[in-house]
Amino acid sequence: MRLVLERRAERSKLMTWLSPLLAVGLTLVTGAVIFSLMGLDPARALYVYFLEPVLWWWSLEELVVKAAPLVLIGVGLAVCFRANVWNIGAEGQLTMGALFGSALPILWHEFQSFPVMVLMLALGALGGALYAAIPAFLRTRFGTNEILTSLMLVYVAQLIADWFIRGPWRDPAGFNFPKSVQFEGWQLLPTLGDGRIHLGAGLALVAVAVLYVVMSRTLKGFEVRVVGTAPRAGTFAGFSSKRMVWFCLLLSGGLAGLAGICEVAGPSGHLQPAISPGYGFTAIIVAFLGRLNPVGVLVAGVMLGISYLGGEAAQIDLGISDKTAQVFQGILLFFILACDTLILYRIRLLRPHTA
Amino acid sequence: MTGLEAVILTIITASTPLLLAAIGELVVERSGVLNLGVEGMMVVGAVCGFATAYTTGSPYLGVLAGVLAGMGMALLFGFLTQSLATNQVASGLALTLLGLGLSGVIGESFTGLPGVKLQPLDIPVLSDIPFLGPILFGQDVLVYTSFALVFAVSYTMSRTRTGLVIRAVGDNHHSAHALGYNVIAVRYGCILFGGACAGLAGAYLSLAYTPQWVENMTSGRGWIALALVVFATWIARRVLIGAYLFGAVWIMGLYAQALGIGIPSQVLSSFPYLITILVLVLISRNRTLTKINTPACIGQTFVPDR
Amino acid sequence: MSDFLLEAVHITKKFGDFAANDDVTLRLRPGEIHALLGENGAGKSTLVKMMYGALQPTEGELHWRGKPVRIANPAAARSLGIGMVFQHFSLFEALSVTENIALALPGKAGMQELSARIAAVSREYGLPLEPGALVADLSVGQRQRIEIVRCLLQEPALLIMDEPTAVLTPQEADQLFVTLRRLASEGCAILYISHRLEEVKTLCHEATILRRGKVVATVDPRRETAASLARHMVGVDVAVVSTRAGAVAGEPILTLDHVSLPADGPFGTALRDVSLRIGAGEIVAIAGVAGNGQSELFDAVSGERVDGLTGSITLAGQVCAGRGIKARRALGAAFVPEERLGHGAVPDFPLSQNVILTRFAVDDGMVRRGLVNLGLAGDVAGRVAGAFDVRTSSNDPEARSLSGGNLQKFVIGRELDRKPRLLVVNQPTWGVDAGAAAVIRQALIDLAEGGSAVLVISQDLDEIFAIADRIAVISRGELSEAKPTATLDREAIGLLMAGAHETASHDKAAS
Repeated sequence: MRLVLERRAERSKLMTWLSPLLAVGLTLVTGAVIFSLMGLDPARALYVYFLEPVLWWWSLEELVVKAAPLVLIGVGLAVCFRANVWNIGAEGQLTMGALFGSALPILWHEFQSFPVMVLMLALGALGGALYAAIPAFLRTRFGTNEILTSLMLVYVAQLIADWFIRGPWRDPAGFNFPKSVQFEGWQLLPTLGDGRIHLGAGLALVAVAVLYVVMSRTLKGFEVRVVGTAPRAGTFAGFSSKRMVWFCLLLSGGLAGLAGICEVAGPSGHLQPAISPGYGFTAIIVAFLGRLNPVGVLVAGVMLGISYLGGEAAQIDLGISDKTAQVFQGILLFFILACDTLILYRIRLLRPHTA
Repeated sequence: MTGLEAVILTIITASTPLLLAAIGELVVERSGVLNLGVEGMMVVGAVCGFATAYTTGSPYLGVLAGVLAGMGMALLFGFLTQSLATNQVASGLALTLLGLGLSGVIGESFTGLPGVKLQPLDIPVLSDIPFLGPILFGQDVLVYTSFALVFAVSYTMSRTRTGLVIRAVGDNHHSAHALGYNVIAVRYGCILFGGACAGLAGAYLSLAYTPQWVENMTSGRGWIALALVVFATWIARRVLIGAYLFGAVWIMGLYAQALGIGIPSQVLSSFPYLITILVLVLISRNRTLTKINTPACIGQTFVPDR
Repeated sequence: MSDFLLEAVHITKKFGDFAANDDVTLRLRPGEIHALLGENGAGKSTLVKMMYGALQPTEGELHWRGKPVRIANPAAARSLGIGMVFQHFSLFEALSVTENIALALPGKAGMQELSARIAAVSREYGLPLEPGALVADLSVGQRQRIEIVRCLLQEPALLIMDEPTAVLTPQEADQLFVTLRRLASEGCAILYISHRLEEVKTLCHEATILRRGKVVATVDPRRETAASLARHMVGVDVAVVSTRAGAVAGEPILTLDHVSLPADGPFGTALRDVSLRIGAGEIVAIAGVAGNGQSELFDAVSGERVDGLTGSITLAGQVCAGRGIKARRALGAAFVPEERLGHGAVPDFPLSQNVILTRFAVDDGMVRRGLVNLGLAGDVAGRVAGAFDVRTSSNDPEARSLSGGNLQKFVIGRELDRKPRLLVVNQPTWGVDAGAAAVIRQALIDLAEGGSAVLVISQDLDEIFAIADRIAVISRGELSEAKPTATLDREAIGLLMAGAHETASHDKAAS
């Protein structure tokens, strides 16, 4: 038997919608198989993993907390990938955003009135954007591949953050733990009621709404789509591919930076070496699962948030590693990419002698 | 052991994994495929190598397991990009993310356990020669393998029909198809070779470089290997030079830390990454050099007409 | 034993529901030059691909020297003695001539030995080649020689040639005919695919004509006229484009003065000191063999590339050498590039959004406060489709689902709908069926008659002579002076097309 692809005359509208669902379904089936191979009851394992996180109010809150940074970063990356700009260093931009935004509360701890929050958010976005400007500059000025540079800068950013947190920004009263002073007053993001959901979730929703309009209705969104799918047609239209690289990297870097400061000023309340559990990388999956469409990213962010929570729950309830979550995320991305083939092609199996 | 001798020995150990991974990726890219999953294949190779060596007590079985694991990961990538014609960049990223996750799960129960070290071959008499002996004749089998691979790839690419076909497929897959070559099969082969090399590189890390399992122990080496291929402008012998330059930079950082000169350790640790960026910039500034050698079809999907 | 070398018997090839070949029968004798005629999309390429093992028939069979065969792949075809020269060369730019040829030969001939054989064969058949040269450095004519020598080295019994003269100067084509006649006299059969009827009449002994996948006639082309052959191909009499009697040019619309532009990439051709003037109401055509700087000229005129450009460009009285394509459109210019899909149109976008591509900056109301007016774009797309008879399967289909001719009518119609003062079009009818080509040529003439200037870059001399008022020739990035069409003939154009180019490469091959 041999697998053969046949090109469709037009993109299949049906498959555009069906493919992510198919991918999720296949991931669940794969998960069930893996769980039963591990000697677990697959139904119970899947329940713990994927359903329990949405059944309780506290876990729903936690889900929003996890999904907010994923969506915030994911929408930026969705625009990037649409334009064929491969920013895979969002994790580094997130780290830089966290550092920039934390500068105020750490260096000027008494400044706790409302403006500090606005400034912190602005600085966070600025930090991420500036850090993303490095690969943008290298790509447009020297033609250096942004995939490798943006990724290398992740390691550098984490080392820089590590130096600050263990060095000059360490809390002097913190028993030598590598963490900064606790943020106070408006240095912390406001939350919904007394719960854990913070302003970051609101910002993520705004980003989704704005980018949805930009991508579907505006000339800028049109430009992104043209440059990404047919770069020569983009030049022919009069769009500058260099400006597009700048736009995409600054936008996605800024959003990643915003997510970074929101993590610090939201759930943790202080700066520590582990700022994010890999949100910047998981957001790549979010962007693809969301079909590189802002609204899709919102849905995908929630789903990936579930996998994080499910991983934690599975560790407690089932006694398996919480790292299985990352495996599921990887498998999911594979299935999405595989299912997307169905949008452009029909798949047929041929028996060898007819080939 | 003199100081210089020790430095050279550590440079060799630091360079070998980069060299192994890069030489494999070079063949993959020559065939017109960009596999960004080197890091993922490498880290799975590392954990499988360690786990097998620990369980069986044989480092050589560990090496074999590493190679097979790398090839298994590569097969996944091949199926997606060749049989299903998916975007190579995205699929490579997926491979890396999956590999990092998978290695974390597999490696969890092996963290902190004592490893099984791949012993140097210690060729009798010759390895007792002062200075040169340990450097030239006292290495483990993977170091020699890495050199052998460079020469084998270099010879294959420039002198044999196999190499000619690989280059042809990477230069113009439509022409190669029209002449009756099975583009997808050639690429599958190259991808599997790349996976084997990345797995070997990973096994080297967990069996020779630091014989233990630490999560994410590849720490970006797979990505640096990708950069090395660009640096080498797809020429095998230049990969050798590049890998050893990077190995030297890596080791210099470690030595500087050990000597306790007043530079923060984080600055020194960031050197390999910063140097990678610098090197990429320098090489990409020279447009003609990179463009002429770049396989013309790199990263493009190919679906034959029926 | 049958007299026939190769017989295709009742061959049908289906792609899904579409029959590209429908019950086709064709017989070839040794030593015969047999023409395969038909319009684009008539099924010529599909048929020969099956003979070469690149495709498998759905029904029917092939006979080789009287016995049924299954040609599983091109290697099998080559081992039978079938060689093929593709229209789109199957060459590798980054490899040497010898390496390119080695890839098509079975076994492991040593490279040095092979180089010597290449030199010998190419000398013998008057096809000079330097074995060590990189393909990227060679002209189109030289590249074709590689393809032919590649076949000759296998001592073929049948040579299939797909539109071999489309890329050659008239002189190069004559040289090729000498080689082909010699091969035929040695007993080699040649299957010659073309739509150039004059050529077929002088060269071929028999012609099989395909229309919509079916054989409509098998004739002796020497006893036919070009018109009768054309009628077989198209099925109806082709509308004749009204030819022009040298319009008098009005005020200058486009002026290029000493324009130079570096090559586009390592394998391009730099534009060197090009000067040209086009007036209102005239059509100026640029002839030339592919790869002599046509795309660079288009980039320079359109403003797609402005970095590195020297010299001056004046459009409708405005200096615009440093200004991009949007600014030039705003001055009333319109452009149609050679590649329809991916350059002139975004393949994945519906036609309405492809309208926005070239008109967002020049049409009132297409973009308001950054928001795109999709409704207006849809109206324009409908208007263009109606005016230029763009046939679509659905209301607003994706560009890539259109046939070549329909998409080309859309891409040109999109620009003509603006009533531009200057239209620059590269290869207006390349790969377009005869009906659409006639519509397009007529539209260009009508535009000039309305007082606009038209610049046509084309490799099709028939087209150029049919529509141009003045003709210039581009060779190795240099442009000859544009002269009135009436003062020129094919011979003169051919010599200019070869230009300094061929002599230089002959020197190179000889040294």
